[in-house]
Amino acid sequence: MTLQSPMLPVPAGTDGMIKLAVLAVGGQGGGVLTGWIETLARANGYVCQATSVAGVAQRTGATVYYVEMAPATGRVPVFSLMPAAGDVDVMITAEMMEAGRSIIRGFVTPDRTVLITSTHRALAVSEKMVPGDGIASSEEVIAAAEVAARRFIAADFDAVAVKNGSVISATLFGALAASGALPFAREAFEAAIRAGGRGVEASVRAFGAGYEAALAGVPEAAVPEAAAPMAKVSAVRGPARKLAEWERLMARVAALPAAVAELAAPGLRKVVDFQDLAYGAEYLARIEGLVARDAAPFEFAREAAKYVANAMAYDDVIRVADLKTRGRRFERIRGEMGVREAQVMQLTEFFHPRAEEIAGLLSAGLGAKVQASPVWMARLDRWFGKGRRLRTDSLAAYLTLYAIGGLRGWRRRTLRHAQEVAHLEGWLAVALGYLESDRALAVEVVRCRRLVKGYSDTHARGLSKFDRVLAGIEMVAGRADAGPWAARLREAALKDEEGRALEGALATIRSFV
Amino acid sequence: MAERSFKAEVQDLRKGAGDTFTGEGILAITKALLENGVGYVGGYQGAPISHLMDVLADAEELLGELGVRFEANANEAAAAAMLAASVHYPIRGAVTFKGPVGVNVASDALANLSSSGVTGGALVILGEDYGEGSSIMQERSHAFAMKSQFWLLDPRPNLPSIVKAVGDGFALSEASNSPVMLTMRIRSCHVTGTFETRDNQRPPLSVREALSNPRSDFNRVVLPPMSYVHEQDKVKNRWPAAEKFIIEHKLNEVFGGEGSVGIVCQGGMYNGVIRALQRLGLADIYGATEVPVYCLNVTYPLISSEFLAFAQNKHSVLVIEEGQPEFIETQLGSFLYRAGSHVRLHGKGMFPMAGEYTGQVMLDGISAFLKAAAPDLLPATVRAPNMDRPAIPDLSKTVPIRPPGFCTGCPERPIFAAMKLVEKELGKHQIAADIGCHLFGSLPPFEIGGATMGYGLGPAANGAFDGGGEKRPIAIIGDGGFWHNGLNSSITNMVFNKSDGVVMVVDNFYSAATGGQDVMSSRADNATKATQNPISKALKGVGVEWVRQIDHTYDVKKMRDTLREALTTDAKGPKVIVASSECMLNKQRREKPLKAAAIKEGRRVEAPRFGVDEEVCTGDHACIRLSGCPSLSLKRLDDPLRDDPVASIDQSCVGCGNCGEVADAAVLCPSFYRADVVHNPSPMEARLARWRARVIGWLQARRSAGRLEFTA
Repeated sequence: MTLQSPMLPVPAGTDGMIKLAVLAVGGQGGGVLTGWIETLARANGYVCQATSVAGVAQRTGATVYYVEMAPATGRVPVFSLMPAAGDVDVMITAEMMEAGRSIIRGFVTPDRTVLITSTHRALAVSEKMVPGDGIASSEEVIAAAEVAARRFIAADFDAVAVKNGSVISATLFGALAASGALPFAREAFEAAIRAGGRGVEASVRAFGAGYEAALAGVPEAAVPEAAAPMAKVSAVRGPARKLAEWERLMARVAALPAAVAELAAPGLRKVVDFQDLAYGAEYLARIEGLVARDAAPFEFAREAAKYVANAMAYDDVIRVADLKTRGRRFERIRGEMGVREAQVMQLTEFFHPRAEEIAGLLSAGLGAKVQASPVWMARLDRWFGKGRRLRTDSLAAYLTLYAIGGLRGWRRRTLRHAQEVAHLEGWLAVALGYLESDRALAVEVVRCRRLVKGYSDTHARGLSKFDRVLAGIEMVAGRADAGPWAARLREAALKDEEGRALEGALATIRSFV
Repeated sequence: MAERSFKAEVQDLRKGAGDTFTGEGILAITKALLENGVGYVGGYQGAPISHLMDVLADAEELLGELGVRFEANANEAAAAAMLAASVHYPIRGAVTFKGPVGVNVASDALANLSSSGVTGGALVILGEDYGEGSSIMQERSHAFAMKSQFWLLDPRPNLPSIVKAVGDGFALSEASNSPVMLTMRIRSCHVTGTFETRDNQRPPLSVREALSNPRSDFNRVVLPPMSYVHEQDKVKNRWPAAEKFIIEHKLNEVFGGEGSVGIVCQGGMYNGVIRALQRLGLADIYGATEVPVYCLNVTYPLISSEFLAFAQNKHSVLVIEEGQPEFIETQLGSFLYRAGSHVRLHGKGMFPMAGEYTGQVMLDGISAFLKAAAPDLLPATVRAPNMDRPAIPDLSKTVPIRPPGFCTGCPERPIFAAMKLVEKELGKHQIAADIGCHLFGSLPPFEIGGATMGYGLGPAANGAFDGGGEKRPIAIIGDGGFWHNGLNSSITNMVFNKSDGVVMVVDNFYSAATGGQDVMSSRADNATKATQNPISKALKGVGVEWVRQIDHTYDVKKMRDTLREALTTDAKGPKVIVASSECMLNKQRREKPLKAAAIKEGRRVEAPRFGVDEEVCTGDHACIRLSGCPSLSLKRLDDPLRDDPVASIDQSCVGCGNCGEVADAAVLCPSFYRADVVHNPSPMEARLARWRARVIGWLQARRSAGRLEFTA
């Protein structure tokens, strides 16, 4: 619950006192920011007091700093040591969810608080460890901040700081200056930074950038959202013959209902990139077949266009080796690591192939026999099953991966491919089975393919969750609310690794069927 | 060497009469100790007084000049025991530790010290770790003062009051021959402000000089019949002397006007009380108020006469006492009852029994009191609040909690990843944890260990399971805990009782959670302390036969295999693994400037960082469930075919290696890569790299030309 204190009139007795709180994540430099604010106040005719709660919170936890100041008169004011709900003039939060926390704690009130926040996200462990998407909604916090704050200043002050070779404390200090919430001129702020003495130039630069960003003040979404999909259909290049064939396939995509085409276009690209144009044609044929059985608004075919592409472009050893050896990847990494001309970059990959992956590379017939033989599986594990660090900047390792990545011609004869095709067909058959009687349920079954992801054990666990969800769906099929139940089961399966939430949802279903 | 350096600030400690000091509470206390002629100082680190230990360590040169001995004590018991120097010698001594856990450890020595009584002033500066930001169980240290008869100061939280309390504390201690404890709350340790300094004083008798003229007096020994005499002396002489000193020197303060109601508060609560009165329009910015306030800068002993004089002509008095149980309120009630008074006493009830007295609690409690006892004092808005305000959306379901956790690159992360992997193989085990950073392992994503019984007591907490069973119990202990108390209370306990248990000693080269202070086994050279005493040597010395030393905790497979061996070996007796790698926070602080200098000088330096191939990552986040590293996060992809965010490593990565190790040991996925950027490569190396790049580039171009390529 958000703390709300009765709105007291600002009492005459505390006129002129300014109360400022900083909520930061450990390691963000909240102490430096607080120090600058103190220096600023004292150098400009104010008495000032700051406090902080360090404790173990310095280890990545949320930390509060608090500053009070009042014009110096010769008499000593009595300052409080902690911010109080409903009694904060300026609230600075160094991360989006910390802004939310400051609102929950009642430090942001519409009558007086200027809220300055960075919109970037430092994800909490609880958000990151969810097998699905557990990222908290920045939009909700922004919406609440618009209501709760007298003024709301938001920008990605972390990105601005990084761009200027400094840290977020400097850009937030700039935003504080720009907000006009303190009765000091911009030059006074810069003087406070210079008085600190360390890394002054970078800090002053970031301060200026933060100042401008705050004035521009357009809240950006903290985590970049996907752009409109069609806008992103990419440029393609290659041999003329293949380009012509690609154009023919894209013409077939364009002939699909618009809702389906929107996802079939990136889908086609994905499977062609994974294998070849013939494989792409097969993908399109499947989608066209599903469109024929679907009807407007073609939600079933649209979802299928997405998940069939994902299923057909499964994560096998060949794909990984292919992706890891591409030239564009090398360029991208050099860019990300900021490698300069005179420097050398070494690249190490971490592989741990298991007997299953090796057997999966064999032809379907031989592979099945090997996989059925514990002796052979043990042997394969002995030969191949250990962690391998491959230096892909060296020739031996690169050539090995390059060769495996070149096995695309062989791929469709492998055991893995046969297994994936069987799974795909089984899954689509189940979905199609529901299509006539309960279209919504059929759509949900298609979406369940989302559960199959990861490698080795994780992949096996995904498959097992997929099977359990489908079995659960079978129990509710025929009910009016079967579709919503199927969605609930899938969401539950994505909540935790062990499938506890899924087990709970299944138990609920068993209690009423 | 500690995480935070006070070398610059320590210069302020040299200020003299007529100067003004501006800075943190912790430094003000240090300055006050020197101004009051302290002869020896010591203590044991822990929030919120860790920085006091760091300041003292950084000020060793100045302390030496003044003839003051500084001791970084092995634990709080050792620190309190050191105050024994003030029993026979007229030397002022001060030690610091955190409360109440430090007081728990120190209580044996404190009780003996209190019984013997002191000649020189003996001061304990106590960081009372209570309320927001606290890392321990929520208790008060107050009861220790009551049982042992030492006095508790709780000064108003501003620098002049804190500085004055140090001088008052020494004088009170000497006037009453009793130790004095100066309580500092978390925020007042870090509060900033100014005060007028005085000249530093050399101790009239230094500890070196005392050694030349040793004294003893069996009357001070805690043995019968002297111990009976001590108790009588406490109540007949020392206590009355303390009361007399407190009254005569006006250690407690009265503010405000004459009124029919009044407020009694602990000194530490004063600013919060005034803030609430300010918000109610009953006090001005300087704290001037009509409401009478009796401010207890001494919270033990309480002075009956002083309180009764304050309560006279009032019909209601409110006691504002943070924490539970309400020792002060109970005692004041007893004073009123014995005096036959009809003054109504309020306190707990209007205020919550437990928890920190935040601004809101203070405002609510004082409003409730005034509404009941003196409604005319209150402004109309409080008597009938105007509830018309916009509804702020509830975010409590949206905003995730953010408990502290392992830092980026922490060497303890791979230890817990390995423990998690062993748990997946061999099932869940009984695990006892200790105090220190490694306790974060009990939080998600690892959730290893479910209880902690105190510093250095992790393995001892498994004592009941020492006899063994089908599965072995596991205990975790840090190097800080090991040397604080663990070698004795935990390890020898296991050896002596022929324990079958397993101990994981997490050795990160520092007392890391408290701010990176050196301990016995620290690898750093320390000019004034003996470091580099290996833990494994101590283990062998007390008779542990099965010891495995791991010098690189990031080797997850080796960690996992060693732990598995410890859990399955036929060896008898305790199985102890010492997992050693340097605290990354301190390592980075140490190495970063060195590396930058080396690069500048043109020497060859490798800078490792990890990355994730986002096309290979399937967004399952299994790696995060074995890591929780702040630099390993998620990002949403600009791809309509992908539902779940993928793993992503930001620039803060220090290349510790955990990601790659875990991906390998747990057979996770091939998404991770490590990129080592070589600064100033040798000409030979650069040539080889260029040649390789040409061959690889040719292969890449060849394959690329034959297929369709999509560019984003």
